[in-house]
Formats: sequence, C-alpha cells, structure tokens
Amino acid sequence: MTTSSSERGVSLGMPELPAPAYPDDVRARLEADAREVIARYPDSRSALLPLLHLVQSEEGHVTRTGMQFCADMLNLTTAEVTAVATFYTMYRRKPSGDYQVGVCTNTLCAVMGGDAIFETLQEHLGVGNGETTDDGKVTLEHIECNAACDFAPVVMVNWEFFDNQTPGSAKRLVDDLREGRPVQPTRGARLCTFKETARILAGFPDERPGAVEEGGSAGPASLVGLRLARGEAAPARVVHPRGGPREEPQDRVHEPSPAEHLSSHDAPLDTSASDPAHPAGPTAEEGE
Amino acid sequence: MTVVPEVKDTSPEKLLAPVLSAFWDEDRSWTLDVYRRHEGYEGLRKALAMSPDDLIAYVKESGLRGRGGAGFPTGMKWQFIPQGDGKPHYLVVNADESEPGTCKDIPLLFANPHSLIEGMVIACYAIRSSHAFIYLRGEVVPVLRRLHEAVREAYAAGYLGENILGSGLDLQLTVHAGAGAYICGEETALLDSLEGRRGQPRLRPPFPAVEGLYACPTVVNNVESIASVPAILKNGKDWFRSMGSEKSPGFTLYSLSGHVASPGQYEAPLGITLRQLLDMSGGMRPGHRLKFWTPGGSSTPMFTDEHLDVPLDYEGVGAAGSMLGTKALQCFDETTCVVRAVTRWTEFYAHESCGKCTPCREGTYWLVQLLRDIEAGKGTMSDLDKLADIADNINGKSFCALGDGAASPIFSSLKYFREEYEQHITGRGCPFDPAKSTAWADRPEVNA
Repeated sequence: MTTSSSERGVSLGMPELPAPAYPDDVRARLEADAREVIARYPDSRSALLPLLHLVQSEEGHVTRTGMQFCADMLNLTTAEVTAVATFYTMYRRKPSGDYQVGVCTNTLCAVMGGDAIFETLQEHLGVGNGETTDDGKVTLEHIECNAACDFAPVVMVNWEFFDNQTPGSAKRLVDDLREGRPVQPTRGARLCTFKETARILAGFPDERPGAVEEGGSAGPASLVGLRLARGEAAPARVVHPRGGPREEPQDRVHEPSPAEHLSSHDAPLDTSASDPAHPAGPTAEEGE
Repeated sequence: MTVVPEVKDTSPEKLLAPVLSAFWDEDRSWTLDVYRRHEGYEGLRKALAMSPDDLIAYVKESGLRGRGGAGFPTGMKWQFIPQGDGKPHYLVVNADESEPGTCKDIPLLFANPHSLIEGMVIACYAIRSSHAFIYLRGEVVPVLRRLHEAVREAYAAGYLGENILGSGLDLQLTVHAGAGAYICGEETALLDSLEGRRGQPRLRPPFPAVEGLYACPTVVNNVESIASVPAILKNGKDWFRSMGSEKSPGFTLYSLSGHVASPGQYEAPLGITLRQLLDMSGGMRPGHRLKFWTPGGSSTPMFTDEHLDVPLDYEGVGAAGSMLGTKALQCFDETTCVVRAVTRWTEFYAHESCGKCTPCREGTYWLVQLLRDIEAGKGTMSDLDKLADIADNINGKSFCALGDGAASPIFSSLKYFREEYEQHITGRGCPFDPAKSTAWADRPEVNA
C-alpha cells in the first residue's frame, strides 16, 4: 500500500466530534413533541421509530444531531439509535428534496410499466436512484410494493398514491412538482412537503382542514367487486387521472441488452461509517 | 388438483359477498357516522354481554382463520393467552401490508377503519388487554391520516378509553407508523420493531402468546382477521359458517391485479376460483391469455392456467401445491417473462432480508447473482440446478418465513417454466419484449 489513508479520502483514527445540538428553541419544541410521543407507550424505547420520523420532520433527513436528540430523550446510546435508523428505508441519511418521488419497481408494477416509468424519469430529471434534482425539489427513487397492485403502475410522492401512471403522466407530475403547480394524488389528501409528511408519521394528525376526507372513500379499483355484487355492469378500465386518453408518444421502448441488468438499480445504501460526506456514526465519546 | 363442482348460478351477485367492503362506495364511508348507520359497534355490544371466555369460544367456533397468510385459527390465538398471570396483555394488529401483490388491508383501512377498531375492542375484551397497537407500514400516509381520525372519533364516542360502553373495560389504542421494512410483517420482527429495535425475527419458542411485546402475553393478528370479528358477532357464527367450507368458513377479500380487465378488490366466500373471478370481471385484458399467477402474494408458489379451477381456500390451494397466503391474485399474461418476474421478486427478498440468519442473507444474494446472469443471457445450464440447490438451502433452514418465501418463486417457476429459463441460456438473452407487457401496450394512443 503506497497511498496514505488521507490521500485515498478515507479518514482513519481521528474520532468524530459530538454532533452539534439543536438551537434551544428548536430543542424545547421538539422535546415537548417527544414527550407526547413517549407517553403513548408503556416502554419509552418504543417511541424510537416515531422520534426518528419527528427529527426527520425537522431537518428533512435524520442527522447526527437528530439521532443524539433521540438518544437523549430515550436514554439510549447513539450507537443504539444509529443501528435502528440505518435499518429502515424511510429514514433518509442525507439532505433530499421536498418531494420524494418513488416509482414501484417490484415485479407487478415493473411489468405493468414501472420500469419504463422509472427509466423515463431518470432520463427526464437527469438523476439516478436516490438522487435529487439541482433545484432541491425532487428526490427520485425506486420503491418496493406499496400495497396498491390493483392500481398498477403506481408512483408515490411523499407517500401519497398516484395510481395508474404512464411515462407521460409521471413526467408531467414531476414537472408540476418542480414548477410548484398544485398536484392532487389519486387517493388521499393534497400533497404536503416531505417534512410535513414526516410529522404525520411521527403520530401527529394532519391539521389541514379537509385533509382527512380528501380523495373520497375508496379508489375505483377498490369498488369493482362491490359494484359487480350489486349487479352493476363491470366498470370500464380505469384510466389514470392525470393524463386523460391522449398521451404523447412514449419516448423510447426499452431494449434490454445482455450487458444490462433490468433489475440492478438497487444498489445498497452506503453504511453510515463508509459515507464520510454524511457521517452518522457514533460520537467521539463512544469511539469508532 | 381439485375441481369444484359445476356452479349453477355464476352471476356475481351469487358468487360475491361484500361484508367489509359493503359500503366503501358511500360518501365518507370511513367516518363513525356512516359506520354506525351500517350497524357499526353492534358486534361490540353483543361481545360485551358475553364473558371473555365465552367470547373466545364463540370466535373459535366461528372457524375464523388468520387472513394475513398463515391461516391460523384466530380464536385459538386468543385462547393461548395465559389468564390470571398478573402480567399486562397486549393486542398488536399487523397492518404492515408489504407482501408483493397484497393490497387488501390498505383499501380496507382507507375506506372502513372502524371495522378494525371495533374488532380490536372486542379482541381486547376477550384476551383482557388494556393497551392495543396498530402497527401500520409507514409508506401509506393517506391511511395513517384516516386511522388517526378514526381513533380520535372512537375515543370521543366512548368506544375507546375508560369504562367502554359502561362495561368496565378500559382500552388505550396507539397507532404506530413503521419506517419501511418488509420483514416487520413477520410477527416477532414486528414486535422487536415496535419495541424500538431493528426489525429482526425472534427465536420461537417462546411464542408471542407467552412472551410477546415487552415479554408479556401478546396476540398479533392481521387487519382483515380482526376486522372480520364484528360481523361475526353481529350476524352470528352460523351466518359466517354458511359461507366457504367446513375448514375454511367465511368471507374474505380477494385482490385481483396485473394483466386482467378489471383489477380490484372482490369480497367473496372462501373457495371461489380464479376462473369464476375472471369470468365475472371480464377476464384477462383483451387478446391475451393467462400465463402464471400467484394465489397469495409472491411468497406463495406460482400457479399456471392449469390451476384456474382450484378453490381459493386454505385446503384447496394447499392441495394444489401452494398457499392461500394473502389472496393476492397477481395475474400475468403471455407477454411476461417469468425469469424477469422471478428475478425481480428475488431482488426484493435479498433487499428485505434482515441479515440475521445465514441461509437467507447469503442465499438470496447468490440467487440474485445467478438470476441476473440468466436473465441477461449469461447463464449456463448448470446454473439452473444451482438455483434449485440454493433455494433448497434457504427453504425451511432460515430463521423465519421470509426465506421460505424467497424459495417459492424459484421452485415453482422451475417446475412450470424450466424451458423458459433454458431459452434464456441457449438463446443468450431474454426473448421477451418488456414493452408488450405494459399497461399501455395495447393502447395505440399511448404507444403511438
């Protein structure tokens, strides 16, 4: 080995300083929220997943400061918190966009067109899986089955359903998001930002008037059996709401080449220790 | 293969039986008002008039079996909770619906969350629990929103909280959002996750009924199982047993998806066949035929068009070599490459393997490597035996059912479609055009 560790861009030996604390006012506000969450459980540690959603609602991703906060509130070590934060895919470990656009590429959605949609969006936005557009608006990723297979292909934005998508409708969707035009999910309430979504996930109900009832009682596919049982005619094939019948031609038809793995856009995330740009490791006191 | 006797009346009105989905099309179906207009919380009143032990016996006699995949009798799960042990008891509802193809609990909770809450109050009365949890997967915020609201309404109306309906029963209900991990659908991993840990399965025994949440006796039930309980109480166990078969009584939600004319939810007595469901709903998409399908999600061995008449109940599907699972009927037509489908599912299992046990962690990794090579035309014939061998080393040898699930698509696709694998190898590539499988492939205005 001829190059030193610093020349290879790998930091060895020098322990990380403790994470900076939240400003006092932020901390006081989050502490009040955290106490409310903790009170819902017989054992305080059960509040860890909601608290990680809570700190994500503050900064848009789970920072070292956020993890230190969770550890303090629950009397855990930062190592224990890090171990949990890195296990679950919904916790982001780096700054990301206001809108998380997730394209389902599990088998059924992929076959029904999810792969084509994901490819189209990567090309259209100029970003890869897990990457964010330069304007900080859209983070694109592929996601696993989101329990909406009867609405395939499905795209999720900040975990709201956009059903029966096509490459064209998905392109318009991300364009609208980037231009700040209002966007309505197929089922569920009008979009809020990723941070606001994270707060709902922490267990704080959506306070926006009318948000709970938006999107109606059930999506069209959820009702096909009921309608048939009532003797009503079989429904027409569901058409996605954003495109209407007219679609611009699809940009390109996918040609699989032997060198390309259709399914290989699932590279593992860097672990926190190997991600020096966004360290999330244990603080100095605990050693690395 | 079992073939059902010829059904005289094949109309959907006769074959379907909407119970949980009966009023999903009503305005504000998810509210307490609408639920009560449909005799909501009447089952709870009947349950509270019984003794807890009688209630458990009643649910057992109804024959209700778990709707989350394994089909374990629900009443028996409740009966396993030791009574008079001085420990707190817990009910945890598994709403971590993540099995590929499965999409029944999410629309149920979106349109009719009170059926679950009522069922939970009944179950907690039976097992003497005063704190219950709904573990909802995090990626479904519209459902979380409605659960928050439904729980608030139920507290305000006295169906939750202290001295429920004057019965002396106290119950606290906590809605808990997960954070993205398929493995948390496995009940012991779910409990670890609910305790604020990485979601990894636990060694059993001890079973959750003895040492579950916080090492206390715990019942873990699927959403649809618990949501079915109020209707059983309200309409009686004989009504419930009048549907389905002796061993698989009752109604359930079937989720039709993929290359079919009308994907969606179909609530019917257990034992309906895919042929009946397709016949009433317009069949496969026009001009195409069924190639392969899953009876209950990707973890259940796949079927082909030979299995259209298999009764979709626990025994019928089991006898035909698969499992009823979650009744997620994912249908793929002849444009679909089975190798591509299985590769993608296998990538899912590799991604979601929690890493705790070696057969699953290492095995799913190597399955993916082999399958990607085969799909890309770089495989050899011996790879097919290697696939089967690795799957065999995962199946039954891993810590939890995720490993068995990962092996299912491999075994079953090799059984029915070995030739197609061989074609990829001899032809040095995939003979299918993925563009032909898309939802818009036959819509000229889209494909132009």
